[in-house]
Amino acid sequence: MTLQAGKAVEDAVVTPRPRPRRRFRLGVGAWGLGVYAVIAFTFLLIPIVYTIVFSFNDVRRTNIVWRGFTLDNWLKVCDQPEVCTAFGNSILVGVTATLLATAMGTAMAIALVRYRFRFRAATTLLLFLPMATPEVVLGAGLAAQFLSAGIPKGIGTIIIAHTMFCISFVVVTVRARVASLDPALEEAGRDLYASPGQVFWRITFPLLLPGIIAAALLSFALSFDDFIITNFNSGAAVTFPKYVYTAAARGIPAQANVIASAVFFLAIILVIATQIGGAVRRKRLERSSVPDDTASVGASGEIESAASRLRALWESSSLGAGGAGDRR
Amino acid sequence: MAFGAFGGSPATTPASDAAPRRGGLIALFLLLPGAAYLSLFFLVPLVSLILTSFQAVDPNAFEIGKFVYAFQWQNYVDVVTTYWPHILRSFGYAALATVLALLFSYPLAYVIGVKLRRFPLLQALALTLVIAPFFISFLLRTLAWKQIFSDEGVVVTALQALSLLGPADHLTGTPFSVIFGLTYNFIPFMTLPIYTSLERLDLRYVEAGGDLYASPASTFLRVTLPLSLPGVVSGTLLTFIPASGDYINASRDFLGSTDTAMIGNVIEANFLQLQNYPAAAALSIVLMAVILVLVGAYVRRSGTEDLL
Repeated sequence: MTLQAGKAVEDAVVTPRPRPRRRFRLGVGAWGLGVYAVIAFTFLLIPIVYTIVFSFNDVRRTNIVWRGFTLDNWLKVCDQPEVCTAFGNSILVGVTATLLATAMGTAMAIALVRYRFRFRAATTLLLFLPMATPEVVLGAGLAAQFLSAGIPKGIGTIIIAHTMFCISFVVVTVRARVASLDPALEEAGRDLYASPGQVFWRITFPLLLPGIIAAALLSFALSFDDFIITNFNSGAAVTFPKYVYTAAARGIPAQANVIASAVFFLAIILVIATQIGGAVRRKRLERSSVPDDTASVGASGEIESAASRLRALWESSSLGAGGAGDRR
Repeated sequence: MAFGAFGGSPATTPASDAAPRRGGLIALFLLLPGAAYLSLFFLVPLVSLILTSFQAVDPNAFEIGKFVYAFQWQNYVDVVTTYWPHILRSFGYAALATVLALLFSYPLAYVIGVKLRRFPLLQALALTLVIAPFFISFLLRTLAWKQIFSDEGVVVTALQALSLLGPADHLTGTPFSVIFGLTYNFIPFMTLPIYTSLERLDLRYVEAGGDLYASPASTFLRVTLPLSLPGVVSGTLLTFIPASGDYINASRDFLGSTDTAMIGNVIEANFLQLQNYPAAAALSIVLMAVILVLVGAYVRRSGTEDLL
């Protein structure tokens, strides 16, 4: 190493670069990011606000130009009977498909995390493929099958289609929850002579419940808003998105905006309530001084910590939380 | 809500590494309904789609929409020669929309996942805002953009006043509006997985980069970006796949025109209006095959193989 190079290295190591300048630049960067985020959120909200605002429009013939504020559209939603029928169909389809998909998906999620079996990779692939397939292909495939089997399209075929694409999403959502569940809790239950059924309904199910609810909400949202697959498999039956699609050519009545806005508000309230509920439960669990996983070592310690955690969970659920929250 | 569903991998790590039990009957009982359902209503339809794609016109039928099973390769040749502009357009539009959504989403996900970490309430609010578009009807929010971009709308009037747009030019019905719509509609699919990755990013690595005299830019390129790559990969896939098959944004009644028709529009028209089922089926298979090849190559290159 030449003397000069050695000097350079020494300089680099001993003399630190001026840091304040960089910190200043970082500050500007953070500030810029904040401004960007505000602009981005505003952008994301534009069509939502637009849709909600035009649900209050005093409509003459088309709902394109703003003519003044009115509550009429909200008070007389079913003056456009087609809108209400379509909405009712969407609810019926959404609820049925959600129940079916959540039941089958939850069972599959538990099996995938808890058991080793042959065809495991094949099952995972079977679950992944529907999510990686474009909706047109899913829709056209099912429609081709219904056609060749001679099954008439209607509400029933829509439910079949929606259940199919919701299952994968349920499995992914619930699976994460099952994976984070401590098997020691169930072992503790078995040690206390609970029957397998009791263990499932009193320990496993309440612990999985937040995940299952999240999966059900996701399913319903996916089903309620699906148009592409529905369009291929609905025949003459009309769901809310299908109604909007056919009405788009001649103009959407403000009542459709009312339905969409109402659903939006309901969903936002649900999300906020779940988040606040989760935060409250977490706090309550913290207060009941749950011992840390790492605090107790050894078999006896493990059982002890599992038992006290069970007690904490039991307390939180009997306090009216309706289920156990996050452990962490 | 179900943010986990959009992450590249389960958001939480197993609490204990207890080896999964071997379970014959119970596992079978739990798996069977779902697996049978998916086989019956996903796998069988795929097979039926492949069979349909080879069908030939029924020589004995006089009405349209009657086909018999055959092995007519010609269907594929026909659809590719007829619709290659639509096929190329689909993947071009989808790729552009994916890149735009990534550029839009990454900084946003960074703010939510890293900068807002110390403010859980703000973070929850920001995430709610990101998924808010999901809660308003897909079709209605696309129509809202159509009206915002309409010839009498604010945007066109402003652009014409600035002479950026000629008096006879439109925004709706152009590739611009279709790509814009695709980008907007799939932004949450891009933002959430990237957020999931960045949220788990250990900031000590970033600090270490700074301590080792890396510039913020090279710390980002060498530390932050590689660590968030799984999120970028799943976000890209979650955006690209539905975007390439979408036909709402490109539809004439929404943001597109006949000049912007994508492969989805052609499949819909052939299946539901022209009742040319073999053509629609062949196009669907082409779409699916291209996507599988692209996704396979992309995932292999990025090295994230466990996407579920």
